[in-house]
Amino acid sequence: MADMPDNGKQYASEEQLVYAHWLDWGMKIGFVILVVTFLGYLFGVTEPHVSHERLAELWSHPVRDYLKATDTHTGWTWLSLIGQGDYMNFIGIAFLSAVTAVCYLRILPIFIAAKDKVFTAIAILEVLVLVLAASGILVSGH
Amino acid sequence: MSSRFRRLGAVALGAAGMALCGLACAEPAAAAATASTMPWWAWPAILFVVSFLLGIVAVLGGVGGGVLFVPIVGGFFPFHLDFVRGAGLMVALAGALAAGPGLLKSGMASLRLAMPLAVIASAAAIVGAMMGLALPAKVVQTALGATILGIVVLMFLAKKSEYPEVPQADALSTALRMNGIFYDVASGKEVDWKVHRTVKGLVLFIGIGIMAGMFGLGAGWANVPVLNLLMGAPLKVSVSTSKFMLSIVDTSAAWVYLNQGAVLAMITVPSLIGIMLGSLVGVRLLKKVSASMVRKTVIAMLLLAGSRALLKGLGIWN
Repeated sequence: MADMPDNGKQYASEEQLVYAHWLDWGMKIGFVILVVTFLGYLFGVTEPHVSHERLAELWSHPVRDYLKATDTHTGWTWLSLIGQGDYMNFIGIAFLSAVTAVCYLRILPIFIAAKDKVFTAIAILEVLVLVLAASGILVSGH
Repeated sequence: MSSRFRRLGAVALGAAGMALCGLACAEPAAAAATASTMPWWAWPAILFVVSFLLGIVAVLGGVGGGVLFVPIVGGFFPFHLDFVRGAGLMVALAGALAAGPGLLKSGMASLRLAMPLAVIASAAAIVGAMMGLALPAKVVQTALGATILGIVVLMFLAKKSEYPEVPQADALSTALRMNGIFYDVASGKEVDWKVHRTVKGLVLFIGIGIMAGMFGLGAGWANVPVLNLLMGAPLKVSVSTSKFMLSIVDTSAAWVYLNQGAVLAMITVPSLIGIMLGSLVGVRLLKKVSASMVRKTVIAMLLLAGSRALLKGLGIWN
């Protein structure tokens, strides 16, 4: 209600309000996860894959050299390191990065029910783009 | 009370400028000596403070955090540009995720306007992210510097139109129902809006997406002129929809950086928290600080950071 215009009327469509609601909760949950996991990492509660001191030696190098020096691989292999402090932060980062796709999936039935074929197609296309980006199959490097 | 806020704003701007100047002077030696002379936590701590100040300045200057963050941190901190761009994307993404719900609920941002443009821009952002990670760092640094200096020129020259004249919506925007009504609190009126030149807008969003992904900047500086001046959306709808769109466009690029290992928590999280806290303070100072003074400070910071990136990329100022 706090976000409604002060004349009390609702200007946002149903799908827009649903999207906003899910985005709001997704952002809050993701942010809390991010802060909690980072504090654990920062204060050494969880052992990191790359120690703080070693990280400070490597962060000025290109990502390719960093991965080689730390024996880390690209793609979703970070999941195998998720128990370690530095990679535990990826839970929150990945969560925040996944919120948009979840919001699109949530409003998809609304477009389908309204027989809005164009926006149904756009929503599906956007989810496919995000899934492709998240898939880890797109490899590049210098 | 208001003079206290004004003083706080001036202090924040001054501190941001001094921090930048201090980093500019100290950086060459400091970067070389990072591992040996400073404890590991020193740079993340400095990063947090600088991000906090940038968060304040970004809100006051009406720019996204990413556009200040990437050239300044990339130019004056010892972190490799790969990691700075990864963090920059997450900073822009987090800011957009935080602002998005309110903008959507109030009807200021339009989902129907954003969705067709975002699908193009987010696909292009993947290409941009892959290009950025594939190109040599010096090339990206040089292009980043040139882009930032281009943004400075854009900030000088670009006019803004509160309610652009759109005689008739084009066929595509009509078919997609890219129109709406929003309530302008300042004037107390409902504003009907529609857009035109949709195809041109879609084409330009390919370029915007590529740049967002390549430089990790966020792209509000480019989104707003296209939505407002080209397509004819009211300024407030353009700014709000642009901010919301970043949550979609930057997400696709962020995934590429994440899966390529170019996101380091020790750089990303302090930046993200610093910028978000700074933004909260910035919002409180917004009504109290002189807009022209802030604008000049932001332009000066971008000029310095852009020049630094360009000269670093060209190997002139290492």
